[in-house]
Amino acid sequence: MSTAPQPKQGTRPVAIVSFAQAPTQRRIEQANEVELLMPVISEVYAQANMTKDDVDFVCSGSTDYLIGGPFSFVTALDAVGVWPPKRESHVEMDAAWALYESWVQLQEGDLDVALVYGFGKSSLGDLQRILALQLDPYTMAPLWPDQVSLAALQAQAMIDRGLATEEDFAGVASRSRRDAMNNPNAQVANDLDVATLLKEEYIASPLRRHCVPPLSDGAAAMILVAGDRAFDVVDRPAWITGIDHRIEAHAFGVRDLATSPSTTKAAHMAGVGEGDVDVAEIHAPFAHQEILLASALGLSSATTLNPSGGPLAANPLMAGGLIRFGEAANRIMDGTASRAVAHATSGPILQQNLVAVLEAAS
Amino acid sequence: MAEPTEVYTSTHVLEYPYSRSVGPVIGAFLTGLREGKIVGIRGENGRVIVPPTEYDPETGAETSGFVDVGPGGVIETWAWVEHPRDDAPRSTPFAWALVRLDGADTALLHVVDAASKDEVTTGARVTAHFLDEGERQGRIQDLCCFQLEETS
Amino acid sequence: MSDALETQDPVTMLSTPIRLDYDFTAGVAQSRSLRGYAEGRFVGQRCPVCKKVYVPSRGSCPVDAVPTKEEVVLPNTATVTTFCVVNVPFAGQSIEIPYITASILLDGADITFMGLIQGIPADEVRMGLRVEAVWVPKEELGPTLASVKYFQPTGEPDREISTFREHL
Repeated sequence: MSTAPQPKQGTRPVAIVSFAQAPTQRRIEQANEVELLMPVISEVYAQANMTKDDVDFVCSGSTDYLIGGPFSFVTALDAVGVWPPKRESHVEMDAAWALYESWVQLQEGDLDVALVYGFGKSSLGDLQRILALQLDPYTMAPLWPDQVSLAALQAQAMIDRGLATEEDFAGVASRSRRDAMNNPNAQVANDLDVATLLKEEYIASPLRRHCVPPLSDGAAAMILVAGDRAFDVVDRPAWITGIDHRIEAHAFGVRDLATSPSTTKAAHMAGVGEGDVDVAEIHAPFAHQEILLASALGLSSATTLNPSGGPLAANPLMAGGLIRFGEAANRIMDGTASRAVAHATSGPILQQNLVAVLEAAS
Repeated sequence: MAEPTEVYTSTHVLEYPYSRSVGPVIGAFLTGLREGKIVGIRGENGRVIVPPTEYDPETGAETSGFVDVGPGGVIETWAWVEHPRDDAPRSTPFAWALVRLDGADTALLHVVDAASKDEVTTGARVTAHFLDEGERQGRIQDLCCFQLEETS
Repeated sequence: MSDALETQDPVTMLSTPIRLDYDFTAGVAQSRSLRGYAEGRFVGQRCPVCKKVYVPSRGSCPVDAVPTKEEVVLPNTATVTTFCVVNVPFAGQSIEIPYITASILLDGADITFMGLIQGIPADEVRMGLRVEAVWVPKEELGPTLASVKYFQPTGEPDREISTFREHL
């Protein structure tokens, strides 16, 4: 009989027991947000052999700017089943932070099961303009800097520091898209070598097309269960044994962009370095960020990075971070890993970083 | 699943005519730009923050004391854009850059005007170039770009 | 030190207009309702679990969290469940005040939507009033709720509140 491992934070072990995602596409026209979420939420319930009545708490992540309508998370709740009245919350963050809020809620002890989901369609609006709105509105947003150019500032800082080369970036992209060929939910999957990729043009130097994530429509959902009840749902629950979230200054002109101290701190608090890491799913939308984050997380070359293909293969905004947690949890649940790291980011140029260690019970 | 239904799509435009109250600190920065200069503020340990904020962005400590910085500075990092977007500050190729102005300890995001990517390097010296006095309105666009300083 | 604060006319406000362009998609369920308007009829969807009919439907039963795939064509007749008298002029108003905005419960539907009431003095509108949809001329029908011009009284006896209490 397995017992839940004691978590590093909090007092109550919490596990991911079920995860589903919509196959990511460039544009999903045949579904509004509710229709996008319904099959995904049905699937997480089915996997866990649960119904909406088993869920004590619902938490989602989304942003209204993507759809261009106010309070889109409220209408999305039509997909969830909120009667009899449910406890519910929402974050205007990637749904990985909805997972974090749910984890905190489950620590309280009076709730056992949480449904977490996130959804985002980048096809409806102009993502570069929408993301510019998360910048300082007085001195930055009026210039409408696009996210690729801002990420390129970081990539150049890494090159100048001798931390990586354009070949390294291409190496990350080549491996990610090749791994994505085994991921049915991926959007960009191909087998191109580094030399081929380096012939591509720059979008914003030093980032070539392959260093940039696809524009994606997608959604993901997950069920968290607290305590030994998780063993009733799945043979190998993915126990969240450490979790921490750290932020840096919003104004990236005051930061050292070639490093990610918030990731390093969160990884330390989550206990990443306290054991071998079989697999890490890193929310690195741009190729250079995987190199930066793997270093900040303190991972060794023994760790398999983003076997799903990562955000370079599919990048649905507001769900992409939760998908990292789901993919890492799947590796635990399917027995291919016994200790995994999941990472999610939010805000301009890796401002916020959430790190968790997922483990199988011994 | 049934056969795909023909779905309705529609263009949809959102416009927000925001008018922001800037407060005394960002107000001083924008007032400075209107006068053709760049103003920072002293944060924790006396380091000079540009653009100025009411608080030290890293420690949260209160800031005080405006300081003129620039107009010269150094490119800390940059990104060359060969095909600018329609909403970019330049319609011809340019570089986004983080520029640390002389006298400042943090970097300002703006545009570097250069004829080609080959001219731009990290560490290169640049100078702020403003709109003409009559065109300046007290906004970040008053600083129209940075230009590379002549190297001897 | 800077003398920026000593200017006679410091900058206090900043205009930062934002324009965002979207290419919106209605999805399947809403498209069916919209196509219904273009055909001059109300199209809803029924929940397979609780059997409630939603019009328009977003493709799910918000109570049971299941897809609502069964299409239901609803009649033009309806009951006013509740209403308000609009006396306040506002920008873009296209109707003379006072006018009535009502919660409309189509016969056979389990959810109300907002509709305009015409053909009756404002002070005679009441809960339970029986009404019917008046559509724009056929050539003006389109995939929009604006295809319904307004609702007008049918002259039938009022419905008891107890018959629609659940929908208030």
